[in-house]
Amino acid sequence: MHAGIIFLLVIIGSVLFHIFTPWYWTDIASNWGGMDDTITLTFWVGGGVFVAVCLFMIYCVFRYSHKEDRRAEYKPEDKKLEKILTWATTLGVAALLAPGLIIWNQYVNVPKNAIEVDVMAWQWGWQYRLPGADGKLGTTQVRNIADNNPFGINPDDPFGRDDIMVESDVINLENNRPVKILLRSVDVLHNWYVPQFRAKMDAVPGTVTFYWFEPNKVGEYEVLCAEYCGVGHYAMRGGVEVQDKADYEVWLSEQETFEQLSARYEKLNVDGNKLAKK
Amino acid sequence: MSDEYDNNKSYQAQSSEVMDGSTGSVNPDIDYVRPAEVGEQDLYHGHSFIEKWVFCQDAKVIGVQYFLTAVFTGIVGLILSWLMRLQLGFPELAGFMTAEHYYQFVTMHGMIMVVYFLTALFLGGFGNYLIPLMVGARDMVFPYVNMLSFWMFFVAVAVLMASFFVPGGPTGAGWTLYPPQTILEGTPGSGMGILLMLISLSLFVIGFTMGGLNYMITILQARTRGMTLMRMPLTVWGIFTATVLAMLAFPALLVSAIMMTLDKVLQTSFFMPTILKAGEVLEYGGGSPILFQHLFWFFGHPEVYIVALPAFGIVSDLISVHARKNIFGYRMMVWAIVGIGGLSFFVWAHHMYVSGMNPWFGFFFATTTLIIAVPTAMKVYNWILTLWRGNIRINTVMLWCLGFIVTFVNGGITGIFLGNVSVDVPLSDTYFVIAHFHMVMGIAPLMVIMGAVYHWFPLVAGKMLHEGLGKWHFWITFLGAYSIYFPMHYLGFIGVPRRYFEMYDSPYMTSAVGMNEFISIAAFIVGAAQFILVFNIIKTLKTGKKAEQNPWKANSLEWYTSTVPPEHGNFGERLPVVHRWPYDFSVPGAKDDFIPQTTAPSEVIHTEVEKT
Repeated sequence: MHAGIIFLLVIIGSVLFHIFTPWYWTDIASNWGGMDDTITLTFWVGGGVFVAVCLFMIYCVFRYSHKEDRRAEYKPEDKKLEKILTWATTLGVAALLAPGLIIWNQYVNVPKNAIEVDVMAWQWGWQYRLPGADGKLGTTQVRNIADNNPFGINPDDPFGRDDIMVESDVINLENNRPVKILLRSVDVLHNWYVPQFRAKMDAVPGTVTFYWFEPNKVGEYEVLCAEYCGVGHYAMRGGVEVQDKADYEVWLSEQETFEQLSARYEKLNVDGNKLAKK
Repeated sequence: MSDEYDNNKSYQAQSSEVMDGSTGSVNPDIDYVRPAEVGEQDLYHGHSFIEKWVFCQDAKVIGVQYFLTAVFTGIVGLILSWLMRLQLGFPELAGFMTAEHYYQFVTMHGMIMVVYFLTALFLGGFGNYLIPLMVGARDMVFPYVNMLSFWMFFVAVAVLMASFFVPGGPTGAGWTLYPPQTILEGTPGSGMGILLMLISLSLFVIGFTMGGLNYMITILQARTRGMTLMRMPLTVWGIFTATVLAMLAFPALLVSAIMMTLDKVLQTSFFMPTILKAGEVLEYGGGSPILFQHLFWFFGHPEVYIVALPAFGIVSDLISVHARKNIFGYRMMVWAIVGIGGLSFFVWAHHMYVSGMNPWFGFFFATTTLIIAVPTAMKVYNWILTLWRGNIRINTVMLWCLGFIVTFVNGGITGIFLGNVSVDVPLSDTYFVIAHFHMVMGIAPLMVIMGAVYHWFPLVAGKMLHEGLGKWHFWITFLGAYSIYFPMHYLGFIGVPRRYFEMYDSPYMTSAVGMNEFISIAAFIVGAAQFILVFNIIKTLKTGKKAEQNPWKANSLEWYTSTVPPEHGNFGERLPVVHRWPYDFSVPGAKDDFIPQTTAPSEVIHTEVEKT
């Protein structure tokens, strides 16, 4: 008898925990509210099934616990009941799958006006590159990476000359403008993840992966690496600062282009040579 | 099959029940069972201590050997989990632990628990012990290969444990072993540690293949007379289907282990693209890290069901016996097991929604994944409908079964979150995933293992485990494990990523410090509570109550052996002849509330038993 009571308390406790939990998702700061809504829907449907199944089980424990003088029912099959349950489950599952797929469709189709951001990851840090005035990122290769070319931009690619280098683990983004995150890694898997944006994707060495979102809340956010990348994984943090258009443009104008960076290094080289001659 | 064998004298059945086997038409004798088609197996009986208990060919001894070795690895895994929880809950007390240590513990805990503990325990342990007994065979069909299977497993465990003592320690690559980091410096144990892991896994697969062939062929070929496939206990169906899955899935693990070994030792580039490390371009190029993930999860997802299906089967039998009621919808249960097994090969990439694979795969794998929820839900309904209008003994075995239902449904439903592609995006790689898979393939199968231990211990040892201790063991384990993993989902909602040695001061993570401490304390208690069972077993073996034959009044053949515990050869002079399924409980009109599988129809002629 008390077995049933303890199980009942577990179920009631679970529901109460869910209602009163102080731990729940962070305030969303992107367009992916649909993900939160689907989670909420899944909670209602799934949670309802969980509670119903467990309550039925507890009812059976109370109602049909062993008595010497009673016999269980003998009924090997109930085709009709099984059919009803199969179809009801199929419908419920389809109802959950549909919104999931609709949002995934949005997730994999990037809006045309999205600004591309090249996120480059390594053990253990981040840096960023934005397209310059031509609106296009130059192509890259891991083998090109050097002090005077931190992103490995192909020197022959005209689109690369005006690319904007952000040699910092913090990137600024313009509020209410979709961003297409292009992920690269030079060594192992990483994952550029901001909980408030909800979205994530692995960075895979040897290929470029992507995802997109539209930040919609001005503020500073922490970037976490969400794919295990070796012993420094937990410490591989970065930052995002979402700004209004005006602030963002001020910030953007202060950044160095690939051309400027190359020139700076050439000057350094020239100065270095001069020093060496003296 | 035709009845042509019946005319062949050398295959004439020995049982007197066969009145007229030669007419292939309708037989007037209701007790007729087709005669055996092949003669009986010759068994090699061990003569010395070594042949009887060490290099033994008796599947029951091999089962116990598998069980004890797996439990040993499980205790190592448990201790590793304590160390991890110490770091996460009370880092100030875990000053001796570096990030390297932590990741090594995480990795070894995961690999041990999934492969060396759960898989070996269900298939090697319960499979070996129960298959021949339940299908009415004298032993596995290839006893010698079966013995080799265990010793290969033993060597695999020894190699795995050796990796704790090599320079650099065991691998800390995470149990998924994702390249490139697995074999690069920057990951602990990327030298000897990972090599030993890959060798150990390969040995495991080889050993397991030997065992798996035995389980499959014994079930297909060595069933006793009358034991049709649709009269087999669901335990056998679960283990059978899981073995078929393992035979198809483990080769993918083996090839990925071999390819990764080559990448490590010979600098091939199966999984290694061009890599820049500390300013140097390494001698790799052109390989695909995602290829490894496909291979790994092509093994890894069926692996989940390799653990789950035997648990499904066993729990069905335990519920039916202790609810004194036939399993509800037996045929549906069988087809659900087979269907889930088949579907499990088409869902692997749901582990890879955010891996960078072509995102269009997401539509396909989300759909297949949610389809699998339907047969799985049917199984759950049938378990609770078996309880409905039953006559339920609320004993220790039943408590573990009820605990299984609660944790399995809970973990199954969080699986719908993670399987539903876009819902997975915010939750993947967070603590939500950890909570989900521990609930569904850690705690739920563990509940079944414990239930099975309390259920079959009287058969294996001939003594009854102490009920009171068993109940304490259950309640501490169930309530403790539930309070570890239920709140953990909410860490995932906050966004706390998994595999973090330290949380630092991110605001949403610091809010969870109290919860982490609570979870750690619960983990210490649950782990310690498992020693109640160890104590119970030792105490029972010394002073426990002797078990009568068939103490639970079950129907399946393992309870109808010539001696308890069964001797080598299992069934004495004559193999049992089966006339019905194992679920004829509480049949109206029958004297007892159970009719053993060996009871002939003429003995229960006045009952309303259905033909099975």
